[in-house]
Amino acid sequence: MINHLVIAPVLLPLLAGVSLLLLRGRGLKTQRVLSLVSVIMQIGLAAALLSAVNGGEILAYAVGNWQAPFGIVLVADRLSVWMLIITALLSLCVLSYAVCGGDNTGKHFHVLFQLQLLGLNGAFLTGDLFNLFVFFEILLLASYSLLLHGGGRQRTKAGFHFVVINLVGSTLFLFAVGILYGILGTLNMADLAVKVAQTTPEDVFLVSTAGFLLFGVFALKAALLPLYTWLPAAYAHTSAPVAALFAIMTKVGAYSILRIYTLIFGEQAGPEANLIEAWLLPMALMTLFVGMLGVLASTHLRQQVAYLVVASIGSLFIALGLNTEAGIAAGVYYLPHSTFASAGFFILADIIAKRRGAEGDKFEIGTKISYQRLLGALFFTMAVLMVGLPPLSGFIGKFLILNAAISHPSLPLIMGVVLVSSFMGLVAIARSGSLIFYRALPAPEKPPLTEAEMKADRKLLVIELLPVISLLMLCIVLVVCAGSVMEFAHATAAQLLQPAAYIDAVFNDGVTR
Amino acid sequence: MEALIAIILGTLTACGVYLILRARTFPVVLGLTFLSYAVNLFLLIMGRLTVGKPPIILEGITDYADPLPQALVLTAIVIGFAMTAFVIVLALKAYVRLGNDHVDGTHKL
Repeated sequence: MINHLVIAPVLLPLLAGVSLLLLRGRGLKTQRVLSLVSVIMQIGLAAALLSAVNGGEILAYAVGNWQAPFGIVLVADRLSVWMLIITALLSLCVLSYAVCGGDNTGKHFHVLFQLQLLGLNGAFLTGDLFNLFVFFEILLLASYSLLLHGGGRQRTKAGFHFVVINLVGSTLFLFAVGILYGILGTLNMADLAVKVAQTTPEDVFLVSTAGFLLFGVFALKAALLPLYTWLPAAYAHTSAPVAALFAIMTKVGAYSILRIYTLIFGEQAGPEANLIEAWLLPMALMTLFVGMLGVLASTHLRQQVAYLVVASIGSLFIALGLNTEAGIAAGVYYLPHSTFASAGFFILADIIAKRRGAEGDKFEIGTKISYQRLLGALFFTMAVLMVGLPPLSGFIGKFLILNAAISHPSLPLIMGVVLVSSFMGLVAIARSGSLIFYRALPAPEKPPLTEAEMKADRKLLVIELLPVISLLMLCIVLVVCAGSVMEFAHATAAQLLQPAAYIDAVFNDGVTR
Repeated sequence: MEALIAIILGTLTACGVYLILRARTFPVVLGLTFLSYAVNLFLLIMGRLTVGKPPIILEGITDYADPLPQALVLTAIVIGFAMTAFVIVLALKAYVRLGNDHVDGTHKL
């Protein structure tokens, strides 16, 4: 019975999405309620799964009871469930912002939202490489439509680039899958992990090629340098709820890299052991630095937040690139922080831009906005969170990463890049914050608002700020419960670096310790 | 036979890459289709080239055609088909909205 729980996070959004499509005539209110209910249930499912895998069990579910390696398996271990929880919590916050009006600019927002969750949950759970490709396509197709939701010139242009580059990525993914199948005769990830270690010398080159092709595809999804250029334009021009949801999209790439290069091309992979180790850390350092240069050079607030996402991907991959238990654990801690913080910042930027009127989120001297103190304080808190100053979770995340790097040979370089880029981010955000909040012109004379209008405005602001504050609270929970989260993160890293248990669980189709 | 297939694959991929690097949306869409043809063919032949072999287990037969790549390529074709349809509609939408078919939406002479 417990094993059927593994497929539930995939089925629930699928059913919700299809029912939403059937109920499209019932009005927006029904759709919003159904969508929210589905997301809340997904949090419940993820929590149930967490309690099932927390002791180190790995749950394998053979779809249609076709046993591995012939059938498709879904596997829930600590990392998968951690990603499921992050996705579910994020999507609840994002959805509660979208129902303030962002879902009203085009059709089928909620259908696409649920299908996007289907793709995400599936990608985190699957134990089959081709199935991973299929879930990638599902989440991408939903994300294309969400990205373009509402239309507009800039959005269409950024959307076209996003679609084409991801289609090329999908083609490369298929080439890699083809090579692996042609040489090793399997696509089950656990089976691949066994077979890769036994590659004959003449095939090592081909298998490594496939490994690097896959790395290219995942690096593209994760927006690692030099494959990040699609991200700022796409994230800056789409609607705020979508940009906030996309905070998890880059993490799919991070998850895949973590999974494939610990399980298949990890320590135990024989001739292809630690395939990308030499590449990951330099690319991560450059991504962080170039991302922060982008933050400094941005001309719009949302563009700046998008570059902050690129920079945080850099930090995340520095942690993963260390390829040690402490490094991966730091990454597992940093991942939810970076997701929640960037989603919250995107939503806050949208609220500020809407209140500024004609200037929008452009860095120009504009008029004073209403509720300036409250929004300013939130902006400041978000900035502290994103840049990684104490006492919020960004600081703990950065500290853990640097702490994990202590014994690494290139510690001075890592330390230098992380600290310098944090400083650059601080300067850039301080500049944009003071421009928006301090150097504002007094508002033009307007007829004073009536009591009712002020009340309505206040109510709208409270509803809109609720998701931002919830995301902030999640980050604060990460600080308050840092001890138990780190315990979990260390256990996750240990589990990832011992793939034998994963392989055993897949082939014996049962609960394994 | 293998050499011929390899040449076809190479040509398709080269054409696809060349067309994707063009500045107009229509060649880019064509390039994506060429690439997806190439990858579909590639997936199919990854089960090795065999003629007249059964794909299911029969008594007294040792050589089989691998049925799995055929299933994989069917999925890949369907997904590729959907993606091509989507990108064509998007390209048309971009043309209408931006007034030209340049991939950056800016028409420079």
